[in-house]
Amino acid sequence: MKKNLRVKSSKFIDETYRIAFKFNGIKYFGFKGDTLASALLANDIHLVGRSFKYHRPRGIMTAGSEEPNAIVQLHDNSSRTEPNVRATEVEIYEGLEASSQNCWPSVNFDIGGINNFLSPILPAGFYYKTFMWPASFWEKYEYFIRKSAGLGKSPTEPDPDIYEHRYIHCDVLVIGAGISGIIAAKISAKKGFKTLLVDESPYLGGSTISQNSEFFKLNNQTSGSWLEKEIHEIKKIDNLEIKTRTSVAAYHGYNFLLARENLTDHLPIENRKDKTRQRLLKIRAKKVITATGAIERPLIFNNNDRPGILLSSAIKKYADLFGVSCGEKNIFLTNNDSAYETAISLVQKGIKVEAIVDNREQVDSKLLFEIEKNNIKVFRGFTITDTFGYKRINKIQIMQLSKDGQKVIGSKTNLSCDCLGISGGWTPAIHLYTQSGGKLKFREEDQVFIPKNQSVDHLSVGSCNGDMTLNEIITNLLKDLKLFLDINDTGYENIEVLSCFNQSKRNIWLLPSDKNLGKTKPFVDYQNDATAKDIKLALREGFRSIEHVKRYTTTGMGTDQGKLGNMHALGIISETAGAKMDELGTTTFRPPYTPLTFGTIVGRNVGEFFDTFRKTPLHDWHVKNKAKFENVGQWKRAWYYPKINENMHQAVQRESKAARDSAGILDASTLGKIDIQGSDASEFLNRVYTNAWSKLAIGKCRYGLMLNEDGMVYDDGVTTRLEENHYIMTTTTGGAATVMSKLEDYLQTEWPELDVYLTSVTDQFATASVCGPNSKKIISKIFPNLDLSEENFPHMSFKNTKIGNISCRIMRISFTGELSFEINVQANYAKSIWEKCIEAGKEFNITPYGTETMHLLRAEKGFIIVGQDTDATMTPIDLQMDWIVSKKKYDFIGKRSLYRSDTIREDRKQLVGLLTENPKEVLEEGAQIVADIKKLPVEMLGHVTSSYYSPNLDKSIALGVVKGGKNLIGKKLIIPMEDKTINVTVADPVFLDKENKRLNA
Amino acid sequence: MFVINCPYCGEREQSEFKAGGEAHIVRPKQPTELSDDQWAEYLFMRKNIKGIQYERWNHAHGCRKWFNMVRDTSNDKIKAVYKMGEEPPTE
Repeated sequence: MKKNLRVKSSKFIDETYRIAFKFNGIKYFGFKGDTLASALLANDIHLVGRSFKYHRPRGIMTAGSEEPNAIVQLHDNSSRTEPNVRATEVEIYEGLEASSQNCWPSVNFDIGGINNFLSPILPAGFYYKTFMWPASFWEKYEYFIRKSAGLGKSPTEPDPDIYEHRYIHCDVLVIGAGISGIIAAKISAKKGFKTLLVDESPYLGGSTISQNSEFFKLNNQTSGSWLEKEIHEIKKIDNLEIKTRTSVAAYHGYNFLLARENLTDHLPIENRKDKTRQRLLKIRAKKVITATGAIERPLIFNNNDRPGILLSSAIKKYADLFGVSCGEKNIFLTNNDSAYETAISLVQKGIKVEAIVDNREQVDSKLLFEIEKNNIKVFRGFTITDTFGYKRINKIQIMQLSKDGQKVIGSKTNLSCDCLGISGGWTPAIHLYTQSGGKLKFREEDQVFIPKNQSVDHLSVGSCNGDMTLNEIITNLLKDLKLFLDINDTGYENIEVLSCFNQSKRNIWLLPSDKNLGKTKPFVDYQNDATAKDIKLALREGFRSIEHVKRYTTTGMGTDQGKLGNMHALGIISETAGAKMDELGTTTFRPPYTPLTFGTIVGRNVGEFFDTFRKTPLHDWHVKNKAKFENVGQWKRAWYYPKINENMHQAVQRESKAARDSAGILDASTLGKIDIQGSDASEFLNRVYTNAWSKLAIGKCRYGLMLNEDGMVYDDGVTTRLEENHYIMTTTTGGAATVMSKLEDYLQTEWPELDVYLTSVTDQFATASVCGPNSKKIISKIFPNLDLSEENFPHMSFKNTKIGNISCRIMRISFTGELSFEINVQANYAKSIWEKCIEAGKEFNITPYGTETMHLLRAEKGFIIVGQDTDATMTPIDLQMDWIVSKKKYDFIGKRSLYRSDTIREDRKQLVGLLTENPKEVLEEGAQIVADIKKLPVEMLGHVTSSYYSPNLDKSIALGVVKGGKNLIGKKLIIPMEDKTINVTVADPVFLDKENKRLNA
Repeated sequence: MFVINCPYCGEREQSEFKAGGEAHIVRPKQPTELSDDQWAEYLFMRKNIKGIQYERWNHAHGCRKWFNMVRDTSNDKIKAVYKMGEEPPTE
């Protein structure tokens, strides 16, 4: 029969509201207001998990987000399951199901516990050292290592919850709603600053709110009841927004912070439907005040990890806030006054405290008097050398410390207990401060890192600033805040503070034992099972940097990121290596402060919102006509239109044949379109394209190649002169945005004297490209008044015309090598024009074709696709396009680079055609091209860039880039594949209609 | 993430901007006169300073204007922004 350790009612717990939950399959009860940890402790359950490496039994250690041990799996085997959740932060709700992690078959009997007995052969770096050889065995090792890696189980089903992102702008952000945060937020808001106050816990007031001791008073009230009235008041202030259950994860430059707001995790699952679960707040604050408090330090001694060993402050919080006693026979081990505070609090509630073991020899605090009044034995100058009890502590062994604290002396005394509170002093929570770029300094007196300096837009207040006593906190807070907010008064000028906390402390990073260190287990990082031994081993093996020691021993690398033990690791390194703490520095504190769910990070960007995509105005028509789509940049482009029982190859072959034999139609709306106007438009084009533009007549089109300044091909497309000072440029689909931005760059920064204006009109126009020998007949049916004669409308020219009132720009240009017309219309008329083309083309079997057929048709003609046949290393000369590079123009972008020593090399990779020995064999794009496979290492000459089976030529064709390819025409080369080699002959890249007869058919 | 004071629009989030590398590198007026080495100097060589650096930025998702920025790369503080063609501030 389990005991009930709820000893006292608390105003934070609603004892009229009983909640049933399950832990490891067993039903328990708690009350509204409980965390999973407090409810378990009330049911006398300490053992909640197993440690990562040695599978040692572990219990609840803390009462907050710093918890290393009590991490559980919620709702195992459901879509809402979540691993590594801190039991100390989970608020219980009806139906909550939690289970222990890293144990099998159960937390009480765990097979992996054998690792504990194997621990002498599992030191730091065990995996690195052991599984290095023989190398060929790695694949066998990997299977077992992966199985033992990681703690919880990730969900296997899609997350059913909703997440969102929200931007918040404020004058002052206050992080942490303890006493400092509350006062700071109140002053800030009362002075008219738009203030946001956030805290990770569900209530306001931090550790002070439950402080009900005569030793800490404000204006003659206990600090807890004084703060309660303050909280009541701030809730009424208009320009103060308060967010609880909100944990700041990251503090970036320019006061940009990310916080996670929990909205439904405390509700029964049936009440969460259609509600946002978590919100990622993107906060931009003019000023930030961190009031993140301090985290109590554990003490490092032999077997300091047993269930039943908790931080002293956690025991106090469980008693004060939740009315729960962590044990019936409590002992404390401390090096400062904090444990006395806890002990007094327990005594007041009638909880038995057996003894306090204090590392200090001299204790002269007022608190001590109170303790001794209650007949609690205090062992001054003593330490614990060992603890006993496998699944729950039951006994400790204490000895006296030597003067220097490095040894234990005298006789051993055993004390029995069922709970041990430990306190090693306090570590200011400077994580967020350092994330923002703040530097730290080391304070020797109490061995803490504190913020080095305050800035104009950030202030640390309270114990995260190193102020540990109530009077220090209040005095410094008011003084600093006046400067920081530039205000004359705070309204707290007459506050009276009583604080009996004495700051004396005896800091010993690693407490000695009567046993040799090698025979002890003093844990520094509980979650990753790193001991002081491991750290010393790392130093012996030559590691010096704290960052290296961290990675070698995995200290501070768990889900808790070493919030408890990192300082001790530093201290032990400092002592062992003889380095100063200040010089050693800390490891880098990286975001997030506590883990974030993936759901919060991605917010609404899931499913169809995962990535935005662009649709042409003809998209619905393509869908209706069963097109398959491919992604080109952000666009969805029609890829091919399979008929029933047709595969991709068959569809593409049919579409290609139809386009060459009669007529095809392509949606070319995705091509980038840039409207260029201004009196210097021609000069501008001269400078950005490799060929000459000044003499292009109005109404004519020209193909252009655009280079980067390094001479490499960047983009291509046809530009049309609409009027004297008005051009429309087309770019590749994927390159549209970068071309636009590059042109703007040159216009604004290099040639501001040019009178040129650029406007992107890609979305404003839709383009239907009708090609094939019958295209002219189709166009003449739609535009009966348009003179399509060779004289009036030759290849590479354009006409303005109309259908009814709809203006159309028709270009006679061709990417397929067929006679073809591109109709450009205002995007909202696209569908009607397209359907007119289909209707008019019916008698010619007009066939819609997609991008795959377009690629095939242009490859037959040897036309390049920038980005497929080129990468950023191909010049126009490499592409055998010398004809497009003007010799006359003095300059254009990239010109000078075309005769750098590197670009004029004869053996550069050049674009060639490739024909397979077996005309039915189609090469794989990306396949390597070589000349000799016998001579090792095999020299790679190039690779295949485009490859298709051409239905019009009835053979396989390919383009590729080959070293010195221009001079290899007719030569035989080899394409080695996994299971065969393919013989190819280097050919001219133009496979079809080299004379361009079809353009004028 | 910076807040950048666009000289044309005022303060905006960094996500609206695109960085454009080192500023005040003038494209040679007569590239053909340059040796390979001189051209390579213009083309490839960029400074990567720890400290005060002059940079080009573009308000890509805003007014689309290019402008210059003086930034301390050691602490990411933006010291000044000024329009293209303007002299960099001396202090």
